[in-house]
Amino acid sequence: MWRFEEYADSIAAVDEHKNQISYHELFLENCRLVERLKERCLTFILCSNTIGALIGYTTCINHHVVPLLLAEDMDKDLLEQLIKTYQPDYLWVPVKLRNAFENYSVEYEVFAYVLLKTEYQRVYRLNEKLCLLLTTSGSTGSPKLVRQSYENVVSNAQSIVQYLELNETERPITTLPMNYTYGLSIINSHLLVGATILFTEKGLMQKEFWRFFREVEATSFGGVPYTYEMLDKLRFYRMDLPSLRSMTQAGGKLQPELHKRFAEYAQKKGKRFYVMYGQAEATARMSYLPYDKSLGKYGSMGIAIPGGRFSVIDADGNEIRQPDTAGELVYEGPNVTLGYAECGEDLAKGDERHGRLETGDMARFDSDGYYYIVGRKKRFLKIFGNRVNLDGVDRLVKAEFGNIDCASAGRDDKLVLFITEEGLKEDIRAFLSQKTGLNSIAFAVHVIPEIPRNASGKVLYQEFGKYIEE
Amino acid sequence: MTNLEKYNKVFMETLEIEESKLEGLEYQAIPLWDSVGHMSLIAALEDKFDLMMDTEDIIDFSSFEKGKEILSANYGVEF
Repeated sequence: MWRFEEYADSIAAVDEHKNQISYHELFLENCRLVERLKERCLTFILCSNTIGALIGYTTCINHHVVPLLLAEDMDKDLLEQLIKTYQPDYLWVPVKLRNAFENYSVEYEVFAYVLLKTEYQRVYRLNEKLCLLLTTSGSTGSPKLVRQSYENVVSNAQSIVQYLELNETERPITTLPMNYTYGLSIINSHLLVGATILFTEKGLMQKEFWRFFREVEATSFGGVPYTYEMLDKLRFYRMDLPSLRSMTQAGGKLQPELHKRFAEYAQKKGKRFYVMYGQAEATARMSYLPYDKSLGKYGSMGIAIPGGRFSVIDADGNEIRQPDTAGELVYEGPNVTLGYAECGEDLAKGDERHGRLETGDMARFDSDGYYYIVGRKKRFLKIFGNRVNLDGVDRLVKAEFGNIDCASAGRDDKLVLFITEEGLKEDIRAFLSQKTGLNSIAFAVHVIPEIPRNASGKVLYQEFGKYIEE
Repeated sequence: MTNLEKYNKVFMETLEIEESKLEGLEYQAIPLWDSVGHMSLIAALEDKFDLMMDTEDIIDFSSFEKGKEILSANYGVEF
Protein backbone atom coordinates (compact mmCIF):
# COMPACT_ATOMS: atom_id res chain seq x y z
CA MET A 1 0.00 0.00 0.00
CA TRP A 2 2.42 2.66 1.19
CA ARG A 3 6.10 2.78 0.29
CA PHE A 4 7.53 4.14 3.50
CA GLU A 5 11.13 3.58 2.44
CA GLU A 6 10.68 6.06 -0.38
CA TYR A 7 10.33 8.81 2.21
CA ALA A 8 12.70 7.20 4.72
CA ASP A 9 14.13 10.41 6.16
CA SER A 10 10.87 12.35 6.29
CA ILE A 11 8.83 12.55 9.47
CA ALA A 12 5.66 10.47 9.23
CA ALA A 13 4.06 11.59 12.48
CA VAL A 14 4.47 13.96 15.40
CA ASP A 15 2.38 13.89 18.56
CA GLU A 16 1.50 16.38 21.26
CA HIS A 17 4.01 14.81 23.67
CA LYS A 18 6.87 15.65 21.33
CA ASN A 19 7.27 12.11 20.07
CA GLN A 20 7.97 11.74 16.41
CA ILE A 21 8.57 8.91 14.02
CA SER A 22 10.22 8.99 10.60
CA TYR A 23 9.00 6.95 7.67
CA HIS A 24 12.01 4.70 8.07
CA GLU A 25 11.24 4.16 11.75
CA LEU A 26 7.61 3.51 10.94
CA PHE A 27 8.75 0.91 8.42
CA LEU A 28 10.92 -0.73 11.10
CA GLU A 29 8.11 -0.67 13.68
CA ASN A 30 5.87 -2.37 11.13
CA CYS A 31 8.47 -5.08 10.57
CA ARG A 32 8.78 -5.73 14.32
CA LEU A 33 5.06 -5.88 14.95
CA VAL A 34 4.28 -8.08 11.99
CA GLU A 35 6.61 -10.74 13.34
CA ARG A 36 4.17 -11.19 16.23
CA LEU A 37 1.16 -11.55 13.98
CA LYS A 38 -0.12 -14.62 12.23
CA GLU A 39 -0.32 -14.22 8.47
CA ARG A 40 -3.53 -12.92 6.94
CA CYS A 41 -5.57 -12.84 10.14
CA LEU A 42 -8.19 -10.52 11.66
CA THR A 43 -7.25 -7.83 14.19
CA PHE A 44 -9.42 -5.32 16.01
CA ILE A 45 -7.80 -1.93 16.54
CA LEU A 46 -9.15 0.37 19.24
CA CYS A 47 -8.18 3.65 17.69
CA SER A 48 -6.94 6.86 19.22
CA ASN A 49 -5.14 9.67 17.46
CA THR A 50 -1.73 8.47 18.50
CA ILE A 51 1.45 7.10 16.96
CA GLY A 52 0.75 3.73 18.61
CA ALA A 53 -2.54 3.39 16.74
CA LEU A 54 -0.83 4.45 13.50
CA ILE A 55 1.81 1.73 13.89
CA GLY A 56 -0.83 -0.95 14.39
CA TYR A 57 -2.93 0.26 11.51
CA THR A 58 -0.12 0.63 8.95
CA THR A 59 1.35 -2.74 9.94
CA CYS A 60 -1.95 -4.44 9.23
CA ILE A 61 -2.50 -2.77 5.89
CA ASN A 62 1.03 -3.08 4.57
CA HIS A 63 1.26 -6.73 5.63
CA HIS A 64 -2.19 -7.98 4.60
CA VAL A 65 -3.60 -8.42 8.08
CA VAL A 66 -7.23 -7.25 8.08
CA PRO A 67 -8.07 -4.68 10.76
CA LEU A 68 -11.47 -3.65 12.05
CA LEU A 69 -11.11 -0.07 13.23
CA LEU A 70 -13.12 0.88 16.30
CA ALA A 71 -13.21 3.82 18.69
CA GLU A 72 -11.13 3.27 21.81
CA ASP A 73 -14.01 4.43 23.99
CA MET A 74 -16.69 2.39 22.28
CA ASP A 75 -19.44 0.78 24.29
CA LYS A 76 -18.17 -2.34 26.03
CA ASP A 77 -21.20 -4.49 25.20
CA LEU A 78 -21.03 -3.63 21.53
CA LEU A 79 -17.35 -4.45 21.45
CA GLU A 80 -17.95 -7.82 23.07
CA GLN A 81 -20.69 -8.51 20.59
CA LEU A 82 -18.32 -7.71 17.71
CA ILE A 83 -15.61 -9.93 19.17
CA LYS A 84 -18.08 -12.82 19.44
CA THR A 85 -19.40 -12.22 15.94
CA TYR A 86 -16.09 -11.92 14.09
CA GLN A 87 -13.69 -13.78 16.40
CA PRO A 88 -10.50 -11.78 15.76
CA ASP A 89 -7.07 -13.28 16.37
CA TYR A 90 -5.73 -10.11 18.00
CA LEU A 91 -6.66 -6.81 19.55
CA TRP A 92 -4.41 -3.77 19.25
CA VAL A 93 -5.36 -1.53 22.16
CA PRO A 94 -4.01 1.40 24.18
CA VAL A 95 -2.02 0.19 27.20
CA LYS A 96 -4.39 2.02 29.51
CA LEU A 97 -7.21 -0.30 28.41
CA ARG A 98 -5.21 -3.46 28.90
CA ASN A 99 -7.02 -4.32 32.16
CA ALA A 100 -10.34 -4.45 30.41
CA PHE A 101 -9.14 -7.56 28.57
CA GLU A 102 -7.76 -9.74 31.34
CA ASN A 103 -8.35 -12.99 29.50
CA TYR A 104 -6.04 -12.07 26.65
CA SER A 105 -2.26 -12.37 26.81
CA VAL A 106 0.03 -9.47 25.92
CA GLU A 107 2.21 -10.36 22.94
CA TYR A 108 3.95 -7.08 22.27
CA GLU A 109 4.01 -3.47 23.40
CA VAL A 110 5.16 -0.28 21.69
CA PHE A 111 4.22 3.43 21.79
CA ALA A 112 1.65 2.88 24.57
CA TYR A 113 -0.19 0.20 22.58
CA VAL A 114 -0.33 -3.51 23.30
CA LEU A 115 -1.01 -6.49 21.11
CA LEU A 116 -3.43 -8.89 22.80
CA LYS A 117 -3.95 -12.43 21.62
CA THR A 118 -7.46 -13.81 21.79
CA GLU A 119 -8.52 -17.44 22.02
CA TYR A 120 -9.47 -17.44 18.32
CA GLN A 121 -7.30 -18.82 15.52
CA ARG A 122 -8.17 -17.62 12.04
CA VAL A 123 -11.76 -18.70 12.47
CA TYR A 124 -13.23 -17.12 9.35
CA ARG A 125 -11.86 -17.09 5.86
CA LEU A 126 -10.88 -13.63 4.61
CA ASN A 127 -11.50 -12.82 0.97
CA GLU A 128 -8.19 -12.04 -0.76
CA LYS A 129 -9.39 -8.57 -1.76
CA LEU A 130 -10.40 -7.57 1.76
CA CYS A 131 -8.21 -4.77 3.12
CA LEU A 132 -10.04 -3.36 6.14
CA LEU A 133 -13.34 -3.20 7.96
CA LEU A 134 -15.20 -0.22 9.35
CA THR A 135 -18.44 0.10 11.23
CA THR A 136 -21.21 1.88 9.38
CA SER A 137 -20.69 4.82 11.79
CA GLY A 138 -22.98 5.69 14.65
CA SER A 139 -23.29 2.18 16.05
CA THR A 140 -26.84 1.42 16.99
CA GLY A 141 -26.16 -2.10 18.13
CA SER A 142 -25.72 -3.59 14.69
CA PRO A 143 -22.56 -5.60 13.98
CA LYS A 144 -22.78 -4.52 10.34
CA LEU A 145 -19.42 -3.66 8.81
CA VAL A 146 -18.27 -2.14 5.54
CA ARG A 147 -15.77 -4.28 3.62
CA GLN A 148 -13.13 -2.21 1.84
CA SER A 149 -10.69 -3.70 -0.64
CA TYR A 150 -7.04 -2.82 -1.25
CA GLU A 151 -8.05 -1.27 -4.55
CA ASN A 152 -10.75 0.79 -2.80
CA VAL A 153 -8.34 2.24 -0.29
CA VAL A 154 -5.51 2.95 -2.75
CA SER A 155 -7.70 4.42 -5.46
CA ASN A 156 -9.57 6.69 -3.05
CA ALA A 157 -6.35 7.91 -1.43
CA GLN A 158 -4.87 8.60 -4.88
CA SER A 159 -7.93 10.59 -5.95
CA ILE A 160 -7.75 12.64 -2.77
CA VAL A 161 -4.05 13.32 -3.33
CA GLN A 162 -4.89 14.48 -6.84
CA TYR A 163 -7.80 16.83 -6.14
CA LEU A 164 -6.42 18.29 -2.91
CA GLU A 165 -3.00 18.56 -4.60
CA LEU A 166 -1.24 16.98 -1.65
CA ASN A 167 2.52 16.63 -1.40
CA GLU A 168 5.20 15.89 1.21
CA THR A 169 5.06 19.41 2.66
CA GLU A 170 1.56 18.90 4.05
CA ARG A 171 1.05 18.67 7.83
CA PRO A 172 -2.57 17.72 8.60
CA ILE A 173 -3.61 17.88 12.26
CA THR A 174 -6.05 15.27 13.57
CA THR A 175 -9.54 16.53 14.34
CA LEU A 176 -11.46 13.35 13.54
CA PRO A 177 -11.17 9.81 14.89
CA MET A 178 -9.00 7.38 12.96
CA ASN A 179 -11.79 4.79 12.95
CA TYR A 180 -14.06 7.26 11.21
CA THR A 181 -13.83 6.84 7.44
CA TYR A 182 -13.17 10.53 6.81
CA GLY A 183 -10.45 10.75 9.47
CA LEU A 184 -8.89 7.58 8.08
CA SER A 185 -8.91 8.93 4.52
CA ILE A 186 -6.83 11.90 5.66
CA ILE A 187 -4.24 9.52 7.09
CA ASN A 188 -4.31 7.20 4.07
CA SER A 189 -3.85 9.96 1.52
CA HIS A 190 -1.13 11.81 3.41
CA LEU A 191 0.95 8.68 4.02
CA LEU A 192 0.87 8.14 0.27
CA VAL A 193 2.79 11.36 -0.40
CA GLY A 194 5.21 11.28 2.52
CA ALA A 195 3.54 14.08 4.48
CA THR A 196 3.74 14.57 8.27
CA ILE A 197 0.63 13.76 10.29
CA LEU A 198 0.18 15.72 13.51
CA PHE A 199 -1.50 13.62 16.18
CA THR A 200 -3.39 15.13 19.07
CA GLU A 201 -6.09 13.78 21.30
CA LYS A 202 -7.11 17.31 22.23
CA GLY A 203 -10.06 18.97 20.58
CA LEU A 204 -10.91 22.30 18.99
CA MET A 205 -12.38 23.58 22.23
CA GLN A 206 -9.09 23.23 24.08
CA LYS A 207 -6.26 25.70 24.36
CA GLU A 208 -3.73 22.88 24.10
CA PHE A 209 -5.04 21.98 20.65
CA TRP A 210 -4.38 25.43 19.26
CA ARG A 211 -1.03 25.67 21.00
CA PHE A 212 0.01 22.40 19.33
CA PHE A 213 -1.46 23.59 16.03
CA ARG A 214 0.76 26.67 16.06
CA GLU A 215 3.84 24.94 17.45
CA VAL A 216 3.93 22.25 14.79
CA GLU A 217 2.59 24.51 12.04
CA ALA A 218 -0.39 22.52 10.88
CA THR A 219 -1.36 23.10 7.25
CA SER A 220 -4.81 21.52 7.16
CA PHE A 221 -7.63 19.93 9.09
CA GLY A 222 -10.98 18.33 8.35
CA GLY A 223 -14.30 18.74 10.04
CA VAL A 224 -17.91 17.60 10.07
CA PRO A 225 -20.68 20.21 10.00
CA TYR A 226 -20.62 20.40 13.77
CA THR A 227 -16.89 21.16 13.72
CA TYR A 228 -17.58 24.19 11.57
CA GLU A 229 -20.36 25.32 13.87
CA MET A 230 -17.89 25.15 16.72
CA LEU A 231 -15.28 27.07 14.76
CA ASP A 232 -17.89 29.67 13.93
CA LYS A 233 -18.72 29.95 17.61
CA LEU A 234 -15.00 30.30 18.37
CA ARG A 235 -14.82 33.27 15.99
CA PHE A 236 -12.31 31.22 14.06
CA TYR A 237 -12.15 33.90 11.37
CA ARG A 238 -10.21 36.14 13.73
CA MET A 239 -7.60 33.58 14.67
CA ASP A 240 -4.13 34.09 13.34
CA LEU A 241 -3.05 30.80 11.76
CA PRO A 242 -0.36 31.56 9.19
CA SER A 243 0.57 27.91 8.61
CA LEU A 244 -2.97 26.89 7.66
CA ARG A 245 -3.43 26.23 3.94
CA SER A 246 -6.65 24.30 3.59
CA MET A 247 -9.74 23.10 5.39
CA THR A 248 -11.97 20.26 4.30
CA GLN A 249 -15.54 19.49 5.29
CA ALA A 250 -17.56 16.28 4.99
CA GLY A 251 -19.73 14.02 7.14
CA GLY A 252 -23.04 15.72 6.43
CA LYS A 253 -24.42 18.78 4.77
CA LEU A 254 -23.02 22.07 6.00
CA GLN A 255 -25.62 24.80 6.31
CA PRO A 256 -25.27 26.94 3.17
CA GLU A 257 -24.83 30.07 5.32
CA LEU A 258 -21.86 28.55 7.11
CA HIS A 259 -20.48 27.21 3.85
CA LYS A 260 -20.54 30.74 2.49
CA ARG A 261 -18.97 32.22 5.60
CA PHE A 262 -16.01 29.83 5.53
CA ALA A 263 -15.63 30.22 1.78
CA GLU A 264 -15.43 33.98 2.23
CA TYR A 265 -12.93 33.61 5.03
CA ALA A 266 -10.78 31.31 2.89
CA GLN A 267 -10.88 33.61 -0.08
CA LYS A 268 -9.98 36.63 1.99
CA LYS A 269 -7.11 34.92 3.78
CA GLY A 270 -5.72 33.06 0.77
CA LYS A 271 -6.67 29.64 2.07
CA ARG A 272 -8.53 26.77 0.47
CA PHE A 273 -11.87 25.51 1.68
CA TYR A 274 -13.16 22.24 0.26
CA VAL A 275 -16.65 20.93 0.85
CA MET A 276 -16.82 17.22 0.08
CA TYR A 277 -19.23 14.33 0.18
CA GLY A 278 -18.70 10.68 0.92
CA GLN A 279 -19.68 7.51 2.73
CA ALA A 280 -17.87 4.55 4.24
CA GLU A 281 -19.57 2.51 1.50
CA ALA A 282 -17.48 4.42 -1.04
CA THR A 283 -14.33 4.03 1.08
CA ALA A 284 -14.49 7.72 2.00
CA ARG A 285 -14.80 10.39 -0.65
CA MET A 286 -17.11 10.64 -3.65
CA SER A 287 -17.18 14.36 -4.38
CA TYR A 288 -15.42 17.63 -3.76
CA LEU A 289 -16.20 21.23 -4.53
CA PRO A 290 -13.05 22.81 -6.03
CA TYR A 291 -11.83 25.52 -3.67
CA ASP A 292 -12.10 28.24 -6.29
CA LYS A 293 -15.80 27.39 -6.68
CA SER A 294 -16.43 27.32 -2.96
CA LEU A 295 -17.98 30.77 -2.86
CA GLY A 296 -19.63 30.78 -6.28
CA LYS A 297 -21.28 27.41 -5.67
CA TYR A 298 -21.79 27.47 -1.94
CA GLY A 299 -24.37 24.94 -0.77
CA SER A 300 -23.11 22.44 -3.37
CA MET A 301 -21.09 19.32 -2.65
CA GLY A 302 -19.36 19.70 -5.97
CA ILE A 303 -18.41 17.18 -8.60
CA ALA A 304 -17.28 13.55 -8.61
CA ILE A 305 -13.70 12.92 -7.52
CA PRO A 306 -11.15 11.90 -10.17
CA GLY A 307 -12.03 8.41 -11.38
CA GLY A 308 -15.64 8.61 -10.20
CA ARG A 309 -18.95 9.37 -11.84
CA PHE A 310 -22.30 10.55 -10.49
CA SER A 311 -25.78 10.10 -11.87
CA VAL A 312 -29.23 10.78 -10.48
CA ILE A 313 -31.99 8.25 -10.98
CA ASP A 314 -35.76 8.43 -10.67
CA ALA A 315 -37.98 6.02 -8.73
CA ASP A 316 -37.93 3.55 -11.66
CA GLY A 317 -34.14 3.56 -11.82
CA ASN A 318 -33.93 5.64 -15.00
CA GLU A 319 -31.22 8.26 -15.22
CA ILE A 320 -32.43 11.85 -14.91
CA ARG A 321 -30.86 14.07 -17.57
CA GLN A 322 -32.69 17.25 -16.69
CA PRO A 323 -30.82 19.68 -14.38
CA ASP A 324 -32.42 20.65 -11.07
CA THR A 325 -34.52 17.52 -10.86
CA ALA A 326 -34.19 15.56 -7.64
CA GLY A 327 -33.54 11.84 -7.64
CA GLU A 328 -31.42 9.29 -5.86
CA LEU A 329 -27.71 9.91 -6.18
CA VAL A 330 -25.73 7.03 -7.69
CA TYR A 331 -21.95 6.85 -7.65
CA GLU A 332 -19.67 4.69 -9.76
CA GLY A 333 -15.95 4.35 -9.22
CA PRO A 334 -13.11 2.10 -8.08
CA ASN A 335 -13.66 3.19 -4.46
CA VAL A 336 -17.13 1.66 -4.22
CA THR A 337 -16.61 -0.94 -1.53
CA LEU A 338 -17.15 -4.68 -1.79
CA GLY A 339 -20.29 -4.70 0.36
CA TYR A 340 -21.28 -5.30 3.96
CA ALA A 341 -20.48 -8.01 6.46
CA GLU A 342 -23.00 -8.97 9.09
CA CYS A 343 -21.40 -12.19 10.30
CA GLY A 344 -18.02 -13.91 10.23
CA GLU A 345 -18.81 -15.93 7.10
CA ASP A 346 -19.39 -12.70 5.18
CA LEU A 347 -15.67 -11.89 5.41
CA ALA A 348 -15.10 -14.45 2.66
CA LYS A 349 -17.46 -12.68 0.29
CA GLY A 350 -16.13 -10.94 -2.80
CA ASP A 351 -17.31 -7.83 -4.60
CA GLU A 352 -21.08 -7.50 -4.41
CA ARG A 353 -21.42 -3.96 -5.73
CA HIS A 354 -19.27 -4.05 -8.86
CA GLY A 355 -18.34 -0.41 -8.62
CA ARG A 356 -21.85 1.02 -8.32
CA LEU A 357 -23.38 2.52 -5.20
CA GLU A 358 -26.91 3.79 -4.72
CA THR A 359 -26.16 6.31 -2.02
CA GLY A 360 -29.58 6.63 -0.39
CA ASP A 361 -29.18 10.40 -0.65
CA MET A 362 -31.45 12.50 -2.81
CA ALA A 363 -29.65 15.00 -5.01
CA ARG A 364 -29.94 17.27 -8.03
CA PHE A 365 -27.35 18.83 -10.32
CA ASP A 366 -27.36 22.34 -11.72
CA SER A 367 -26.78 23.32 -15.34
CA ASP A 368 -23.01 23.49 -14.71
CA GLY A 369 -22.98 19.92 -13.44
CA TYR A 370 -22.54 20.69 -9.72
CA TYR A 371 -24.40 18.46 -7.32
CA TYR A 372 -26.56 19.41 -4.34
CA ILE A 373 -27.87 17.09 -1.65
CA VAL A 374 -31.57 17.75 -1.12
CA GLY A 375 -32.66 14.99 1.22
CA ARG A 376 -32.47 11.33 2.13
CA LYS A 377 -34.21 8.27 0.92
CA LYS A 378 -33.51 6.21 4.00
CA ARG A 379 -34.41 6.83 7.59
CA PHE A 380 -31.20 8.01 9.15
CA LEU A 381 -29.75 11.16 10.61
CA LYS A 382 -26.23 12.47 10.79
CA ILE A 383 -25.33 13.34 14.34
CA PHE A 384 -22.02 15.13 14.73
CA GLY A 385 -21.00 13.51 11.46
CA ASN A 386 -22.08 10.01 12.47
CA ARG A 387 -24.80 8.19 10.67
CA VAL A 388 -27.53 7.08 13.05
CA ASN A 389 -30.12 4.69 11.68
CA LEU A 390 -33.52 5.65 13.08
CA ASP A 391 -35.06 2.18 12.81
CA GLY A 392 -31.97 0.87 14.56
CA VAL A 393 -32.53 3.33 17.39
CA ASP A 394 -36.14 2.20 17.73
CA ARG A 395 -35.07 -1.43 17.90
CA LEU A 396 -32.35 -0.67 20.43
CA VAL A 397 -34.71 1.22 22.73
CA LYS A 398 -37.41 -1.42 22.47
CA ALA A 399 -34.96 -4.16 23.35
CA GLU A 400 -33.65 -2.27 26.38
CA PHE A 401 -36.91 -0.88 27.73
CA GLY A 402 -39.31 -3.80 27.72
CA ASN A 403 -40.62 -3.45 24.19
CA ILE A 404 -42.20 -0.02 24.76
CA ASP A 405 -43.93 1.71 21.90
CA CYS A 406 -41.55 4.23 20.37
CA ALA A 407 -40.54 5.89 17.12
CA SER A 408 -37.68 8.21 16.35
CA ALA A 409 -37.46 11.17 14.02
CA GLY A 410 -35.61 14.48 13.99
CA ARG A 411 -33.10 16.40 11.96
CA ASP A 412 -29.29 16.27 11.75
CA ASP A 413 -27.65 16.73 15.15
CA LYS A 414 -31.01 16.35 16.89
CA LEU A 415 -32.73 13.00 17.25
CA VAL A 416 -36.18 13.03 18.81
CA LEU A 417 -37.56 9.80 20.20
CA PHE A 418 -41.32 9.64 20.76
CA ILE A 419 -42.65 7.39 23.50
CA THR A 420 -46.01 6.99 25.16
CA GLU A 421 -44.89 6.10 28.67
CA GLU A 422 -43.96 8.61 31.35
CA GLY A 423 -40.91 8.37 33.53
CA LEU A 424 -38.38 6.96 31.07
CA LYS A 425 -37.08 10.12 29.43
CA GLU A 426 -33.80 10.51 31.27
CA ASP A 427 -32.95 6.82 31.24
CA ILE A 428 -33.51 6.62 27.51
CA ARG A 429 -31.41 9.67 26.76
CA ALA A 430 -28.55 8.34 28.90
CA PHE A 431 -28.88 4.94 27.25
CA LEU A 432 -28.74 6.34 23.71
CA SER A 433 -25.78 8.51 24.55
CA GLN A 434 -23.91 5.56 26.01
CA LYS A 435 -24.68 3.23 23.11
CA THR A 436 -23.79 5.66 20.39
CA GLY A 437 -20.98 7.43 22.22
CA LEU A 438 -22.57 10.75 21.26
CA ASN A 439 -23.33 13.67 23.57
CA SER A 440 -26.85 13.35 24.97
CA ILE A 441 -27.54 16.94 23.92
CA ALA A 442 -28.30 15.32 20.56
CA PHE A 443 -31.14 13.22 21.98
CA ALA A 444 -34.56 14.45 23.03
CA VAL A 445 -37.39 12.26 24.25
CA HIS A 446 -41.00 13.41 23.90
CA VAL A 447 -43.93 11.71 25.57
CA ILE A 448 -47.03 11.77 23.38
CA PRO A 449 -50.41 10.08 23.94
CA GLU A 450 -50.05 7.76 20.99
CA ILE A 451 -47.58 6.94 18.20
CA PRO A 452 -49.41 7.96 15.00
CA ARG A 453 -49.99 5.01 12.67
CA ASN A 454 -51.98 4.39 9.52
CA ALA A 455 -54.59 1.66 9.14
CA SER A 456 -51.99 -0.99 8.38
CA GLY A 457 -49.95 -0.11 11.45
CA LYS A 458 -47.15 1.77 9.72
CA VAL A 459 -45.76 4.71 11.69
CA LEU A 460 -46.66 8.07 10.15
CA TYR A 461 -43.33 9.80 10.58
CA GLN A 462 -44.45 12.98 8.87
CA GLU A 463 -46.83 13.51 11.80
CA PHE A 464 -43.84 14.13 14.06
CA GLY A 465 -42.90 17.27 12.18
CA LYS A 466 -44.98 19.44 14.43
CA TYR A 467 -43.09 18.29 17.53
CA ILE A 468 -39.64 18.90 16.12
CA GLU A 469 -38.25 22.38 16.50
CA GLU A 470 -36.27 23.61 13.57
CA MET B 1 -31.04 35.68 41.15
CA THR B 2 -27.39 36.34 41.96
CA ASN B 3 -24.73 35.91 39.31
CA LEU B 4 -23.49 32.79 41.04
CA GLU B 5 -26.97 31.31 40.98
CA LYS B 6 -27.31 32.16 37.32
CA TYR B 7 -23.90 30.69 36.56
CA ASN B 8 -24.66 27.48 38.43
CA LYS B 9 -28.03 27.15 36.79
CA VAL B 10 -26.50 27.28 33.31
CA PHE B 11 -24.10 24.49 34.25
CA MET B 12 -26.82 22.40 35.84
CA GLU B 13 -29.15 22.74 32.88
CA THR B 14 -26.65 22.39 30.05
CA LEU B 15 -24.57 19.62 31.55
CA GLU B 16 -27.47 17.98 33.36
CA ILE B 17 -25.62 17.84 36.64
CA GLU B 18 -26.54 18.47 40.29
CA GLU B 19 -25.37 21.62 42.01
CA SER B 20 -23.39 19.64 44.57
CA LYS B 21 -21.17 18.26 41.81
CA LEU B 22 -20.19 21.57 40.27
CA GLU B 23 -17.26 22.36 42.48
CA GLY B 24 -14.00 21.17 40.94
CA LEU B 25 -15.77 20.08 37.74
CA GLU B 26 -13.38 20.04 34.79
CA TYR B 27 -13.78 19.87 31.02
CA GLN B 28 -14.24 16.27 29.85
CA ALA B 29 -14.70 15.00 33.44
CA ILE B 30 -18.26 13.98 32.56
CA PRO B 31 -19.51 12.68 29.19
CA LEU B 32 -21.76 15.68 28.65
CA TRP B 33 -18.95 18.20 28.94
CA ASP B 34 -17.19 17.32 25.71
CA SER B 35 -16.64 19.71 22.82
CA VAL B 36 -20.33 19.57 21.92
CA GLY B 37 -21.36 20.28 25.51
CA HIS B 38 -18.76 23.02 25.75
CA MET B 39 -20.26 24.86 22.83
CA SER B 40 -23.73 24.65 24.36
CA LEU B 41 -22.39 25.78 27.70
CA ILE B 42 -20.66 28.83 26.26
CA ALA B 43 -23.74 29.72 24.20
CA ALA B 44 -25.95 29.44 27.28
CA LEU B 45 -23.61 31.57 29.40
CA GLU B 46 -23.38 34.23 26.72
CA ASP B 47 -27.13 34.26 26.58
CA LYS B 48 -27.63 34.41 30.33
CA PHE B 49 -25.08 37.16 30.97
CA ASP B 50 -25.64 38.93 27.67
CA LEU B 51 -22.03 38.94 26.52
CA MET B 52 -19.80 37.64 23.73
CA MET B 53 -16.75 35.71 24.77
CA ASP B 54 -13.40 35.89 22.98
CA THR B 55 -11.84 32.84 21.37
CA GLU B 56 -9.04 32.75 23.91
CA ASP B 57 -11.55 32.73 26.77
CA ILE B 58 -13.68 30.01 25.24
CA ILE B 59 -10.73 27.65 24.86
CA ASP B 60 -9.30 28.63 28.25
CA PHE B 61 -12.59 27.80 29.98
CA SER B 62 -11.38 24.46 31.33
CA SER B 63 -13.26 24.11 34.61
CA PHE B 64 -16.19 25.35 36.66
CA GLU B 65 -13.84 27.59 38.67
CA LYS B 66 -11.83 28.79 35.68
CA GLY B 67 -15.04 29.94 34.04
CA LYS B 68 -15.92 32.15 36.99
CA GLU B 69 -12.43 33.61 36.91
CA ILE B 70 -12.73 34.40 33.20
CA LEU B 71 -16.19 35.93 33.48
CA SER B 72 -15.20 38.17 36.37
CA ALA B 73 -11.76 39.16 35.04
CA ASN B 74 -12.70 39.84 31.42
CA TYR B 75 -16.43 40.51 31.36
CA GLY B 76 -17.12 42.29 34.63
CA VAL B 77 -19.39 39.59 36.00
CA GLU B 78 -19.06 39.69 39.76
CA PHE B 79 -19.55 36.62 41.85
